Amino acid sequence: MPSSVMSTSNSSGGPRPPAAVSAVGLRKSYGDKTVLDGIDLHIPAGSVFALLGPNGAGKTTAVKILSTLIGADGGRAQVAGHDIATSPQAVRAAIGVTGQFSAVDGLITGEENMLLMADLHHLSRREGRRVTAELLERFGLTDAAKKPASTYSGGMRRRLDIAMTLVGGPRIIFLDEPTTGLDPRSRHNMWQIVRELVSGGTTVFLTTQYLEEADELADRIAVLHDGRIAAEGSAGELKRLVPGGHVRLRFTDPAAYRSAAGALREAARDDEALALSIPGDGTQRELRSLLDRLDSAGIEADELTVHTPDLDDVFFALTGGTDQTSEEAVR
Amino acid sequence: MSSLSLAVRDSSTMLRRNLLHVRRYPSLTLNLLLTPIVLLLLFVYVFGEVMSAGIGGGGADRSAYLAYLVPGLLLMTIGSATIGTAVSVSMDMSEGIIARFRTMAIHRGSVLVGRVVGSVLQSVAGVVLVGAVAVAIGFRAEGATALEWLAAFGLLVLVALALTWIAVGMGMVSPNAEAASNNALPLIVLPLVSSAFVPVEAMPGWFRPIAEYQPFTPAIETLRGLLLGTEIGHNGPLAVAWCLGLTTLGYFWSKSLFNRDPR
Repeated sequence: MPSSVMSTSNSSGGPRPPAAVSAVGLRKSYGDKTVLDGIDLHIPAGSVFALLGPNGAGKTTAVKILSTLIGADGGRAQVAGHDIATSPQAVRAAIGVTGQFSAVDGLITGEENMLLMADLHHLSRREGRRVTAELLERFGLTDAAKKPASTYSGGMRRRLDIAMTLVGGPRIIFLDEPTTGLDPRSRHNMWQIVRELVSGGTTVFLTTQYLEEADELADRIAVLHDGRIAAEGSAGELKRLVPGGHVRLRFTDPAAYRSAAGALREAARDDEALALSIPGDGTQRELRSLLDRLDSAGIEADELTVHTPDLDDVFFALTGGTDQTSEEAVR
Repeated sequence: MSSLSLAVRDSSTMLRRNLLHVRRYPSLTLNLLLTPIVLLLLFVYVFGEVMSAGIGGGGADRSAYLAYLVPGLLLMTIGSATIGTAVSVSMDMSEGIIARFRTMAIHRGSVLVGRVVGSVLQSVAGVVLVGAVAVAIGFRAEGATALEWLAAFGLLVLVALALTWIAVGMGMVSPNAEAASNNALPLIVLPLVSSAFVPVEAMPGWFRPIAEYQPFTPAIETLRGLLLGTEIGHNGPLAVAWCLGLTTLGYFWSKSLFNRDPR
Protein backbone atom coordinates (compact mmCIF):
# COMPACT_ATOMS: atom_id res chain seq x y z
CA MET A 1 0.00 0.00 0.00
CA PRO A 2 1.41 3.35 -0.96
CA SER A 3 2.52 5.34 1.99
CA SER A 4 2.76 8.76 0.45
CA VAL A 5 0.49 10.69 -1.82
CA MET A 6 3.14 11.13 -4.48
CA SER A 7 4.09 7.51 -4.85
CA THR A 8 2.93 5.55 -7.82
CA SER A 9 2.21 2.04 -6.84
CA ASN A 10 3.20 -0.89 -8.91
CA SER A 11 2.63 -3.39 -6.18
CA SER A 12 3.05 -6.52 -8.29
CA GLY A 13 6.76 -5.77 -8.42
CA GLY A 14 7.33 -8.21 -11.30
CA PRO A 15 8.71 -7.31 -14.74
CA ARG A 16 6.65 -4.63 -16.44
CA PRO A 17 4.46 -5.72 -19.35
CA PRO A 18 5.34 -4.20 -22.75
CA ALA A 19 4.29 -0.57 -22.82
CA ALA A 20 1.91 0.76 -25.46
CA VAL A 21 2.83 4.25 -24.39
CA SER A 22 5.79 5.32 -22.31
CA ALA A 23 7.08 8.77 -21.62
CA VAL A 24 9.84 10.27 -19.55
CA GLY A 25 9.97 13.91 -18.58
CA LEU A 26 7.66 15.26 -21.28
CA ARG A 27 7.62 19.02 -21.24
CA LYS A 28 5.79 21.64 -23.21
CA SER A 29 5.32 25.34 -22.78
CA TYR A 30 3.61 28.03 -24.77
CA GLY A 31 5.54 31.23 -24.23
CA ASP A 32 5.88 31.74 -20.48
CA LYS A 33 3.16 29.29 -19.66
CA THR A 34 4.38 25.80 -18.81
CA VAL A 35 1.67 23.37 -19.80
CA LEU A 36 3.45 20.09 -19.17
CA ASP A 37 6.19 20.13 -16.60
CA GLY A 38 7.80 16.71 -16.85
CA ILE A 39 5.33 13.89 -17.38
CA ASP A 40 6.26 10.24 -16.93
CA LEU A 41 3.91 7.57 -18.23
CA HIS A 42 3.94 3.81 -18.57
CA ILE A 43 0.81 2.35 -20.08
CA PRO A 44 0.73 -1.43 -20.59
CA ALA A 45 -0.62 -2.71 -23.88
CA GLY A 46 -4.28 -3.68 -23.78
CA SER A 47 -5.18 -1.50 -20.83
CA VAL A 48 -7.29 1.60 -20.40
CA PHE A 49 -5.45 4.58 -19.06
CA ALA A 50 -7.21 7.75 -17.98
CA LEU A 51 -5.54 11.09 -17.68
CA LEU A 52 -7.72 12.94 -15.25
CA GLY A 53 -7.59 16.61 -14.62
CA PRO A 54 -9.50 19.86 -14.58
CA ASN A 55 -9.72 22.13 -17.60
CA GLY A 56 -6.37 23.61 -18.47
CA ALA A 57 -4.37 20.94 -16.66
CA GLY A 58 -2.58 19.96 -19.89
CA LYS A 59 -4.53 16.83 -20.83
CA THR A 60 -5.11 17.84 -24.44
CA THR A 61 -1.50 18.95 -24.83
CA ALA A 62 -0.35 15.53 -23.64
CA VAL A 63 -2.59 13.82 -26.20
CA LYS A 64 -1.43 16.16 -28.97
CA ILE A 65 2.22 15.38 -28.23
CA LEU A 66 1.76 11.62 -27.93
CA SER A 67 -0.30 11.51 -31.12
CA THR A 68 2.45 13.43 -33.00
CA LEU A 69 0.25 16.42 -33.68
CA ILE A 70 2.68 18.78 -31.97
CA GLY A 71 6.25 18.43 -30.77
CA ALA A 72 7.39 18.34 -27.16
CA ASP A 73 9.92 20.85 -25.82
CA GLY A 74 11.67 18.23 -23.73
CA GLY A 75 11.56 14.62 -22.66
CA ARG A 76 11.07 11.47 -24.67
CA ALA A 77 8.16 9.25 -25.46
CA GLN A 78 7.54 6.02 -27.24
CA VAL A 79 4.20 4.99 -28.64
CA ALA A 80 3.76 1.43 -29.92
CA GLY A 81 7.51 1.06 -29.55
CA HIS A 82 8.39 4.00 -31.80
CA ASP A 83 9.91 7.27 -30.75
CA ILE A 84 7.43 10.09 -31.33
CA ALA A 85 10.14 12.54 -32.34
CA THR A 86 12.22 10.39 -34.65
CA SER A 87 9.64 8.02 -36.19
CA PRO A 88 6.34 9.90 -36.15
CA GLN A 89 5.03 8.07 -39.23
CA ALA A 90 5.49 4.68 -37.53
CA VAL A 91 3.62 6.02 -34.50
CA ARG A 92 0.84 7.35 -36.73
CA ALA A 93 0.48 3.96 -38.40
CA ALA A 94 -0.27 2.37 -35.02
CA ILE A 95 -2.60 4.90 -33.46
CA GLY A 96 -6.07 6.33 -33.86
CA VAL A 97 -6.96 9.72 -32.48
CA THR A 98 -10.31 11.22 -31.62
CA GLY A 99 -9.70 14.75 -30.50
CA GLN A 100 -11.79 16.89 -28.26
CA PHE A 101 -13.16 18.79 -31.22
CA SER A 102 -14.95 16.90 -33.87
CA ALA A 103 -12.61 15.63 -36.59
CA VAL A 104 -15.23 14.80 -39.17
CA ASP A 105 -15.71 16.51 -42.51
CA GLY A 106 -19.09 18.19 -42.10
CA LEU A 107 -19.49 18.92 -45.80
CA ILE A 108 -19.67 15.28 -46.84
CA THR A 109 -21.83 12.40 -45.64
CA GLY A 110 -21.00 10.03 -42.82
CA GLU A 111 -20.39 7.25 -45.31
CA GLU A 112 -18.11 9.43 -47.42
CA ASN A 113 -16.16 10.32 -44.30
CA MET A 114 -15.66 6.63 -43.62
CA LEU A 115 -14.66 5.87 -47.21
CA LEU A 116 -12.20 8.77 -47.07
CA MET A 117 -10.54 7.12 -44.09
CA ALA A 118 -10.53 3.75 -45.87
CA ASP A 119 -8.80 5.34 -48.87
CA LEU A 120 -6.21 7.00 -46.64
CA HIS A 121 -5.52 3.64 -45.02
CA HIS A 122 -5.05 2.23 -48.52
CA LEU A 123 -7.77 -0.35 -48.18
CA SER A 124 -9.06 -1.81 -51.41
CA ARG A 125 -12.37 -0.42 -52.61
CA ARG A 126 -14.17 -3.58 -51.62
CA GLU A 127 -12.52 -3.79 -48.22
CA GLY A 128 -13.22 -0.08 -47.65
CA ARG A 129 -16.91 -0.57 -48.34
CA ARG A 130 -17.04 -3.59 -46.06
CA VAL A 131 -15.33 -1.85 -43.14
CA THR A 132 -17.46 1.26 -43.64
CA ALA A 133 -20.72 -0.67 -43.63
CA GLU A 134 -19.63 -2.70 -40.61
CA LEU A 135 -18.56 0.26 -38.50
CA LEU A 136 -21.56 2.40 -39.44
CA GLU A 137 -23.77 -0.49 -38.38
CA ARG A 138 -21.84 -1.02 -35.15
CA PHE A 139 -22.14 2.64 -34.20
CA GLY A 140 -25.80 2.93 -35.13
CA LEU A 141 -25.18 5.29 -38.03
CA THR A 142 -26.45 3.19 -40.93
CA ASP A 143 -29.65 5.20 -41.27
CA ALA A 144 -27.76 8.49 -41.27
CA ALA A 145 -24.98 7.25 -43.56
CA LYS A 146 -26.14 9.23 -46.58
CA LYS A 147 -26.68 12.49 -44.72
CA PRO A 148 -24.07 15.25 -44.45
CA ALA A 149 -22.15 14.93 -41.19
CA SER A 150 -22.93 18.59 -40.40
CA THR A 151 -26.56 17.57 -39.80
CA TYR A 152 -25.61 15.01 -37.12
CA SER A 153 -26.33 15.48 -33.42
CA GLY A 154 -23.42 15.82 -30.99
CA GLY A 155 -23.57 12.17 -30.01
CA MET A 156 -23.77 11.00 -33.63
CA ARG A 157 -20.80 13.15 -34.61
CA ARG A 158 -18.79 11.71 -31.76
CA ARG A 159 -19.73 8.18 -32.80
CA LEU A 160 -18.81 8.90 -36.41
CA ASP A 161 -15.56 10.40 -35.17
CA ILE A 162 -14.67 7.21 -33.31
CA ALA A 163 -15.84 5.01 -36.17
CA MET A 164 -13.46 6.93 -38.46
CA THR A 165 -10.67 6.44 -35.95
CA LEU A 166 -11.25 2.68 -36.03
CA VAL A 167 -11.08 2.26 -39.80
CA GLY A 168 -7.41 1.37 -39.89
CA GLY A 169 -7.68 -1.00 -36.92
CA PRO A 170 -5.37 1.02 -34.65
CA ARG A 171 -3.66 -0.77 -31.76
CA ILE A 172 -3.66 2.32 -29.57
CA ILE A 173 -6.50 4.81 -29.42
CA PHE A 174 -6.35 8.28 -27.96
CA LEU A 175 -9.69 9.71 -26.89
CA ASP A 176 -9.52 13.30 -25.73
CA GLU A 177 -12.54 13.95 -23.51
CA PRO A 178 -14.74 11.53 -25.43
CA THR A 179 -17.90 12.32 -23.49
CA THR A 180 -17.63 16.05 -22.90
CA GLY A 181 -20.82 17.69 -24.03
CA LEU A 182 -22.74 14.44 -24.44
CA ASP A 183 -26.04 13.70 -22.75
CA PRO A 184 -26.09 10.89 -20.16
CA ARG A 185 -27.38 8.32 -22.62
CA SER A 186 -24.73 9.10 -25.22
CA ARG A 187 -22.14 9.05 -22.47
CA HIS A 188 -23.12 5.53 -21.47
CA ASN A 189 -23.04 4.50 -25.11
CA MET A 190 -19.52 5.87 -25.34
CA TRP A 191 -18.47 3.94 -22.25
CA GLN A 192 -19.81 0.79 -23.82
CA ILE A 193 -17.83 1.53 -26.97
CA VAL A 194 -14.63 1.96 -24.96
CA ARG A 195 -15.21 -1.32 -23.13
CA GLU A 196 -15.73 -3.14 -26.42
CA LEU A 197 -12.51 -1.68 -27.81
CA VAL A 198 -10.57 -2.91 -24.84
CA SER A 199 -12.08 -6.36 -24.98
CA GLY A 200 -10.74 -6.50 -28.52
CA GLY A 201 -7.21 -5.91 -27.21
CA THR A 202 -6.88 -2.23 -28.06
CA THR A 203 -5.02 0.07 -25.69
CA VAL A 204 -7.07 3.13 -24.83
CA PHE A 205 -5.61 6.41 -23.62
CA LEU A 206 -8.40 8.71 -22.59
CA THR A 207 -8.59 12.06 -20.95
CA THR A 208 -11.49 13.13 -18.86
CA GLN A 209 -12.48 15.65 -16.27
CA TYR A 210 -15.06 13.29 -14.83
CA LEU A 211 -13.90 11.16 -11.94
CA GLU A 212 -16.81 8.85 -12.43
CA GLU A 213 -15.75 8.19 -15.99
CA ALA A 214 -12.17 7.35 -15.06
CA ASP A 215 -13.50 5.11 -12.29
CA GLU A 216 -15.85 3.32 -14.71
CA LEU A 217 -13.40 2.73 -17.50
CA ALA A 218 -9.78 2.94 -16.55
CA ASP A 219 -7.41 0.30 -15.27
CA ARG A 220 -5.06 3.04 -14.23
CA ILE A 221 -5.63 6.70 -13.63
CA ALA A 222 -3.14 9.54 -13.51
CA VAL A 223 -4.22 12.80 -11.99
CA LEU A 224 -2.76 15.69 -13.93
CA HIS A 225 -2.47 18.96 -12.10
CA ASP A 226 -0.55 22.05 -13.15
CA GLY A 227 1.37 20.12 -15.78
CA ARG A 228 2.52 17.41 -13.40
CA ILE A 229 1.18 14.01 -12.50
CA ALA A 230 0.00 14.42 -8.93
CA ALA A 231 -0.78 10.75 -8.42
CA GLU A 232 -1.17 7.58 -10.38
CA GLY A 233 -2.74 4.23 -9.69
CA SER A 234 -5.94 2.24 -10.01
CA ALA A 235 -9.13 3.96 -8.88
CA GLY A 236 -8.96 1.99 -5.65
CA GLU A 237 -5.32 2.79 -5.04
CA LEU A 238 -5.98 6.44 -5.56
CA LYS A 239 -8.85 6.37 -3.14
CA ARG A 240 -6.65 4.75 -0.56
CA LEU A 241 -4.07 7.49 -0.96
CA VAL A 242 -6.36 9.73 0.97
CA PRO A 243 -6.70 8.89 4.65
CA GLY A 244 -10.17 8.44 6.04
CA GLY A 245 -11.14 4.95 5.00
CA HIS A 246 -12.64 2.85 7.78
CA VAL A 247 -15.04 0.08 8.61
CA ARG A 248 -17.84 1.02 10.95
CA LEU A 249 -19.54 -1.52 13.18
CA ARG A 250 -22.75 -0.58 14.92
CA PHE A 251 -24.37 -2.49 17.77
CA THR A 252 -27.75 -2.34 19.46
CA ASP A 253 -26.73 -4.41 22.49
CA PRO A 254 -24.41 -2.44 24.83
CA ALA A 255 -22.87 -5.69 26.12
CA ALA A 256 -21.95 -6.83 22.64
CA TYR A 257 -20.57 -3.40 21.96
CA ARG A 258 -18.34 -3.50 25.03
CA SER A 259 -16.98 -6.94 24.30
CA ALA A 260 -16.27 -5.95 20.69
CA ALA A 261 -14.47 -2.83 21.84
CA GLY A 262 -12.40 -5.03 24.10
CA ALA A 263 -11.46 -7.35 21.24
CA LEU A 264 -10.70 -4.59 18.74
CA ARG A 265 -8.32 -2.35 20.62
CA GLU A 266 -7.37 -0.20 17.61
CA ALA A 267 -10.99 0.79 17.00
CA ALA A 268 -12.19 4.29 17.69
CA ARG A 269 -15.15 4.13 20.05
CA ASP A 270 -18.39 6.01 19.82
CA ASP A 271 -20.04 5.01 23.08
CA GLU A 272 -23.22 6.97 22.51
CA ALA A 273 -23.95 5.45 19.12
CA LEU A 274 -22.57 2.07 20.19
CA ALA A 275 -20.34 2.16 17.12
CA LEU A 276 -16.72 1.24 16.45
CA SER A 277 -14.58 2.62 13.63
CA ILE A 278 -11.71 0.46 12.47
CA PRO A 279 -9.31 2.35 10.21
CA GLY A 280 -8.45 0.59 6.99
CA ASP A 281 -8.22 0.85 3.27
CA GLY A 282 -11.37 -1.13 2.57
CA THR A 283 -9.67 -3.93 0.62
CA GLN A 284 -11.27 -7.33 0.50
CA ARG A 285 -8.30 -8.89 2.24
CA GLU A 286 -8.44 -6.48 5.13
CA LEU A 287 -12.18 -6.84 5.43
CA ARG A 288 -11.89 -10.61 5.51
CA SER A 289 -9.30 -10.55 8.28
CA LEU A 290 -11.50 -8.20 10.25
CA LEU A 291 -14.50 -10.50 9.82
CA ASP A 292 -12.37 -13.47 10.87
CA ARG A 293 -11.38 -11.67 14.04
CA LEU A 294 -14.99 -10.81 14.77
CA ASP A 295 -16.04 -14.42 14.19
CA SER A 296 -13.33 -15.88 16.37
CA ALA A 297 -14.21 -13.42 19.13
CA GLY A 298 -17.87 -14.37 18.74
CA ILE A 299 -18.92 -10.81 18.01
CA GLU A 300 -21.90 -10.10 15.81
CA ALA A 301 -22.42 -6.49 14.79
CA ASP A 302 -25.88 -5.36 13.81
CA GLU A 303 -24.56 -3.26 10.98
CA LEU A 304 -21.30 -3.17 9.08
CA THR A 305 -20.44 -0.44 6.62
CA VAL A 306 -17.26 0.22 4.65
CA HIS A 307 -16.32 3.85 4.15
CA THR A 308 -13.80 4.74 1.48
CA PRO A 309 -13.08 8.26 0.39
CA ASP A 310 -14.37 8.59 -3.17
CA LEU A 311 -12.36 9.88 -6.10
CA ASP A 312 -13.73 13.34 -5.55
CA ASP A 313 -11.96 13.44 -2.21
CA VAL A 314 -8.78 12.23 -3.84
CA PHE A 315 -9.07 14.68 -6.65
CA PHE A 316 -9.65 17.68 -4.45
CA ALA A 317 -6.98 16.64 -2.00
CA LEU A 318 -4.42 16.23 -4.78
CA THR A 319 -5.30 19.24 -6.83
CA GLY A 320 -5.91 21.62 -3.97
CA GLY A 321 -9.66 22.03 -4.24
CA THR A 322 -11.77 24.09 -1.92
CA ASP A 323 -10.90 24.16 1.77
CA GLN A 324 -14.03 22.39 2.76
CA THR A 325 -13.42 19.36 0.61
CA SER A 326 -9.76 19.22 1.56
CA GLU A 327 -10.77 19.05 5.17
CA GLU A 328 -13.18 16.32 4.37
CA ALA A 329 -10.55 14.41 2.51
CA VAL A 330 -7.96 14.52 5.27
CA ARG A 331 -10.46 14.12 8.07
CA MET B 1 4.26 1.07 -51.16
CA SER B 2 6.93 3.39 -52.48
CA SER B 3 6.86 6.92 -51.22
CA LEU B 4 6.00 8.31 -54.65
CA SER B 5 3.04 6.02 -55.18
CA LEU B 6 1.97 6.77 -51.61
CA ALA B 7 2.15 10.48 -52.40
CA VAL B 8 0.14 10.04 -55.60
CA ARG B 9 -2.46 7.84 -53.96
CA ASP B 10 -3.01 10.07 -50.93
CA SER B 11 -2.98 13.23 -53.02
CA SER B 12 -5.63 11.83 -55.31
CA THR B 13 -7.72 10.86 -52.28
CA MET B 14 -7.43 14.44 -51.03
CA LEU B 15 -8.27 15.70 -54.52
CA ARG B 16 -11.41 13.56 -54.55
CA ARG B 17 -12.41 15.04 -51.19
CA ASN B 18 -12.00 18.59 -52.49
CA LEU B 19 -13.87 17.89 -55.70
CA LEU B 20 -16.65 16.31 -53.65
CA HIS B 21 -16.92 19.57 -51.69
CA VAL B 22 -17.21 21.52 -54.94
CA ARG B 23 -19.84 19.15 -56.26
CA ARG B 24 -21.88 19.32 -53.04
CA TYR B 25 -21.53 23.07 -52.60
CA PRO B 26 -21.11 24.57 -56.07
CA SER B 27 -22.43 27.98 -54.99
CA LEU B 28 -19.07 29.29 -53.73
CA THR B 29 -17.39 28.44 -57.02
CA LEU B 30 -20.23 29.78 -59.14
CA ASN B 31 -20.40 33.02 -57.16
CA LEU B 32 -16.75 33.62 -57.86
CA LEU B 33 -17.31 33.07 -61.60
CA LEU B 34 -20.04 35.66 -61.51
CA THR B 35 -17.57 38.55 -61.12
CA PRO B 36 -15.69 38.03 -64.41
CA ILE B 37 -18.87 37.21 -66.32
CA VAL B 38 -20.67 40.34 -65.07
CA LEU B 39 -17.61 42.45 -65.86
CA LEU B 40 -17.44 40.95 -69.34
CA LEU B 41 -21.07 41.74 -70.12
CA LEU B 42 -20.87 45.17 -68.47
CA PHE B 43 -17.77 46.30 -70.32
CA VAL B 44 -18.89 44.94 -73.67
CA TYR B 45 -22.55 45.92 -73.69
CA VAL B 46 -22.60 48.99 -71.46
CA PHE B 47 -19.19 50.61 -71.88
CA GLY B 48 -18.29 48.82 -75.10
CA GLU B 49 -18.77 51.75 -77.52
CA VAL B 50 -16.59 54.14 -75.54
CA MET B 51 -13.93 51.55 -74.73
CA SER B 52 -13.68 50.43 -78.36
CA ALA B 53 -13.21 54.02 -79.48
CA GLY B 54 -10.39 54.30 -76.95
CA ILE B 55 -8.35 51.31 -78.03
CA GLY B 56 -8.74 51.01 -81.77
CA GLY B 57 -7.51 54.49 -82.57
CA GLY B 58 -11.12 55.38 -83.38
CA GLY B 59 -13.60 53.64 -85.59
CA ALA B 60 -13.42 50.27 -83.85
CA ASP B 61 -16.75 48.74 -82.92
CA ARG B 62 -17.78 46.80 -79.87
CA SER B 63 -16.25 43.54 -81.11
CA ALA B 64 -12.75 45.04 -81.13
CA TYR B 65 -13.05 45.76 -77.43
CA LEU B 66 -14.51 42.32 -76.78
CA ALA B 67 -11.39 40.82 -78.33
CA TYR B 68 -9.19 43.11 -76.26
CA LEU B 69 -11.04 42.34 -73.02
CA VAL B 70 -11.35 38.54 -73.10
CA PRO B 71 -7.71 37.54 -72.39
CA GLY B 72 -7.65 39.77 -69.30
CA LEU B 73 -10.96 38.46 -68.07
CA LEU B 74 -9.84 34.86 -68.47
CA LEU B 75 -6.93 35.61 -66.16
CA MET B 76 -9.20 37.50 -63.82
CA THR B 77 -11.37 34.38 -63.66
CA ILE B 78 -8.38 32.54 -62.27
CA GLY B 79 -7.70 35.29 -59.74
CA SER B 80 -11.29 35.19 -58.65
CA ALA B 81 -11.37 31.40 -58.35
CA THR B 82 -8.27 31.40 -56.18
CA ILE B 83 -9.99 33.69 -53.67
CA GLY B 84 -12.31 30.75 -53.18
CA THR B 85 -9.25 28.61 -52.60
CA ALA B 86 -7.94 30.92 -49.88
CA VAL B 87 -11.34 30.98 -48.17
CA SER B 88 -11.86 27.22 -48.25
CA VAL B 89 -8.29 26.53 -47.12
CA SER B 90 -8.70 28.79 -44.10
CA MET B 91 -12.03 27.13 -43.28
CA ASP B 92 -10.56 23.68 -43.76
CA MET B 93 -7.50 24.33 -41.59
CA SER B 94 -9.67 25.31 -38.64
CA GLU B 95 -11.53 21.99 -38.88
CA GLY B 96 -10.62 18.99 -36.77
CA ILE B 97 -10.37 16.81 -39.86
CA ILE B 98 -7.03 18.38 -40.79
CA ALA B 99 -5.72 17.56 -37.31
CA ARG B 100 -6.88 14.02 -37.95
CA PHE B 101 -4.97 13.89 -41.24
CA ARG B 102 -1.86 15.05 -39.40
CA THR B 103 -2.05 12.11 -37.01
CA MET B 104 -2.46 9.57 -39.82
CA ALA B 105 0.33 7.75 -41.62
CA ILE B 106 -0.35 9.44 -44.92
CA HIS B 107 1.90 11.37 -47.24
CA ARG B 108 2.13 14.69 -45.45
CA GLY B 109 2.14 16.89 -48.51
CA SER B 110 -0.96 15.22 -49.93
CA VAL B 111 -3.31 17.54 -48.05
CA LEU B 112 -1.86 20.54 -49.87
CA VAL B 113 -1.18 18.85 -53.21
CA GLY B 114 -4.72 17.50 -53.42
CA ARG B 115 -6.04 20.95 -52.62
CA VAL B 116 -3.88 22.69 -55.22
CA VAL B 117 -4.68 20.23 -58.01
CA GLY B 118 -8.38 20.53 -57.20
CA SER B 119 -8.22 24.32 -57.25
CA VAL B 120 -6.31 24.41 -60.53
CA LEU B 121 -8.93 22.13 -62.09
CA GLN B 122 -11.63 24.45 -60.75
CA SER B 123 -9.87 27.51 -62.18
CA VAL B 124 -9.48 25.87 -65.56
CA ALA B 125 -13.14 24.86 -65.56
CA GLY B 126 -13.99 28.48 -64.72
CA VAL B 127 -11.82 29.73 -67.58
CA VAL B 128 -13.57 27.36 -69.98
CA LEU B 129 -16.98 28.58 -68.77
CA VAL B 130 -16.12 32.27 -69.03
CA GLY B 131 -14.45 31.59 -72.38
CA ALA B 132 -17.63 29.92 -73.58
CA VAL B 133 -19.64 32.99 -72.59
CA ALA B 134 -17.15 35.16 -74.49
CA VAL B 135 -17.46 33.00 -77.58
CA ALA B 136 -21.23 33.07 -77.27
CA ILE B 137 -21.25 36.86 -77.41
CA GLY B 138 -18.94 36.97 -80.38
CA PHE B 139 -15.31 36.50 -79.29
CA ARG B 140 -13.20 34.85 -81.99
CA ALA B 141 -9.53 33.98 -82.14
CA GLU B 142 -9.46 32.87 -85.72
CA GLY B 143 -5.83 33.66 -86.38
CA ALA B 144 -4.50 31.39 -83.65
CA THR B 145 -2.82 28.12 -84.64
CA ALA B 146 -3.31 24.88 -82.70
CA LEU B 147 0.10 25.36 -81.12
CA GLU B 148 -0.84 28.86 -80.00
CA TRP B 149 -4.07 27.54 -78.50
CA LEU B 150 -2.08 24.92 -76.65
CA ALA B 151 0.43 27.50 -75.43
CA ALA B 152 -2.43 29.74 -74.31
CA PHE B 153 -3.96 26.87 -72.36
CA GLY B 154 -0.58 26.03 -70.85
CA LEU B 155 -0.11 29.61 -69.76
CA LEU B 156 -3.54 29.67 -68.10
CA VAL B 157 -2.74 26.47 -66.20
CA LEU B 158 0.62 27.89 -65.14
CA VAL B 159 -1.00 31.09 -63.86
CA ALA B 160 -3.64 29.07 -62.05
CA LEU B 161 -0.94 26.96 -60.40
CA ALA B 162 1.04 30.01 -59.28
CA LEU B 163 -1.95 31.91 -57.91
CA THR B 164 -3.36 28.80 -56.22
CA TRP B 165 -0.16 28.13 -54.26
CA ILE B 166 -0.13 31.77 -53.15
CA ALA B 167 -3.81 31.54 -52.22
CA VAL B 168 -3.19 28.38 -50.19
CA GLY B 169 -0.56 30.24 -48.16
CA MET B 170 -2.93 33.18 -47.74
CA GLY B 171 -5.66 30.83 -46.57
CA MET B 172 -3.35 29.26 -44.04
CA VAL B 173 -2.21 32.51 -42.45
CA SER B 174 -5.82 33.67 -42.18
CA PRO B 175 -7.57 32.81 -38.93
CA ASN B 176 -11.03 32.70 -40.55
CA ALA B 177 -12.89 32.89 -43.83
CA GLU B 178 -13.41 36.67 -43.70
CA ALA B 179 -9.73 37.32 -43.15
CA ALA B 180 -8.87 34.92 -45.95
CA SER B 181 -11.13 36.69 -48.39
CA ASN B 182 -9.59 40.04 -47.40
CA ASN B 183 -6.04 38.77 -47.62
CA ALA B 184 -6.71 37.32 -51.05
CA LEU B 185 -8.16 40.56 -52.37
CA PRO B 186 -5.01 41.45 -54.39
CA LEU B 187 -5.75 38.43 -56.56
CA ILE B 188 -8.80 40.17 -57.95
CA VAL B 189 -7.66 43.78 -57.59
CA LEU B 190 -4.41 43.32 -59.50
CA PRO B 191 -6.17 42.42 -62.77
CA LEU B 192 -8.15 45.69 -62.46
CA VAL B 193 -4.93 47.67 -62.51
CA SER B 194 -3.36 45.67 -65.32
CA SER B 195 -3.74 45.92 -69.06
CA ALA B 196 -6.93 43.84 -68.82
CA PHE B 197 -9.35 46.71 -69.40
CA VAL B 198 -7.25 49.46 -70.94
CA PRO B 199 -3.78 49.45 -72.51
CA VAL B 200 -0.96 50.44 -70.20
CA GLU B 201 -0.08 53.28 -72.59
CA ALA B 202 -3.43 54.86 -71.80
CA MET B 203 -2.60 55.10 -68.09
CA PRO B 204 -0.92 58.04 -66.36
CA GLY B 205 2.86 57.94 -66.60
CA TRP B 206 3.57 57.39 -62.90
CA PHE B 207 1.25 54.40 -62.82
CA ARG B 208 2.57 52.64 -65.91
CA PRO B 209 5.48 50.78 -64.26
CA ILE B 210 3.10 49.36 -61.66
CA ALA B 211 0.67 48.19 -64.31
CA GLU B 212 3.35 46.95 -66.64
CA TYR B 213 5.45 44.80 -64.33
CA GLN B 214 2.86 43.29 -62.00
CA PRO B 215 2.22 39.60 -62.70
CA PHE B 216 -1.07 39.97 -64.54
CA THR B 217 -0.05 42.34 -67.34
CA PRO B 218 2.69 40.16 -68.86
CA ALA B 219 0.40 37.14 -68.70
CA ILE B 220 -2.46 39.06 -70.30
CA GLU B 221 -0.23 40.45 -73.05
CA THR B 222 1.17 36.99 -73.74
CA LEU B 223 -2.31 35.50 -73.93
CA ARG B 224 -3.42 38.32 -76.23
CA GLY B 225 -0.47 37.68 -78.47
CA LEU B 226 -1.15 33.95 -78.62
CA LEU B 227 -4.88 34.29 -79.32
CA LEU B 228 -5.04 37.50 -81.32
CA GLY B 229 -1.59 37.80 -82.85
CA THR B 230 -0.51 40.99 -81.09
CA GLU B 231 3.12 41.65 -80.16
CA ILE B 232 4.30 39.47 -77.22
CA GLY B 233 7.92 40.58 -76.95
CA HIS B 234 9.45 40.35 -73.49
CA ASN B 235 6.07 39.65 -71.93
CA GLY B 236 6.30 35.92 -72.69
CA PRO B 237 9.42 35.18 -70.63
CA LEU B 238 8.29 37.70 -68.00
CA ALA B 239 4.94 35.92 -67.59
CA VAL B 240 6.58 32.52 -67.28
CA ALA B 241 9.13 33.89 -64.81
CA TRP B 242 6.36 35.40 -62.67
CA CYS B 243 4.48 32.12 -62.67
CA LEU B 244 7.49 30.01 -61.74
CA GLY B 245 8.55 32.52 -59.09
CA LEU B 246 5.11 32.70 -57.49
CA THR B 247 4.68 28.94 -57.64
CA THR B 248 8.00 28.38 -55.87
CA LEU B 249 7.30 31.07 -53.30
CA GLY B 250 3.76 29.87 -52.67
CA TYR B 251 4.87 26.23 -52.44
CA PHE B 252 7.56 26.79 -49.84
CA TRP B 253 5.48 29.31 -47.93
CA SER B 254 2.47 26.99 -47.75
CA LYS B 255 4.61 24.00 -46.90
CA SER B 256 6.35 25.72 -44.01
CA LEU B 257 3.00 27.00 -42.72
CA PHE B 258 1.57 23.49 -42.87
CA ASN B 259 4.53 21.98 -41.08
CA ARG B 260 4.22 24.37 -38.17
CA ASP B 261 2.65 22.90 -35.05
CA PRO B 262 -1.07 23.66 -35.17
CA ARG B 263 -2.46 25.75 -32.36
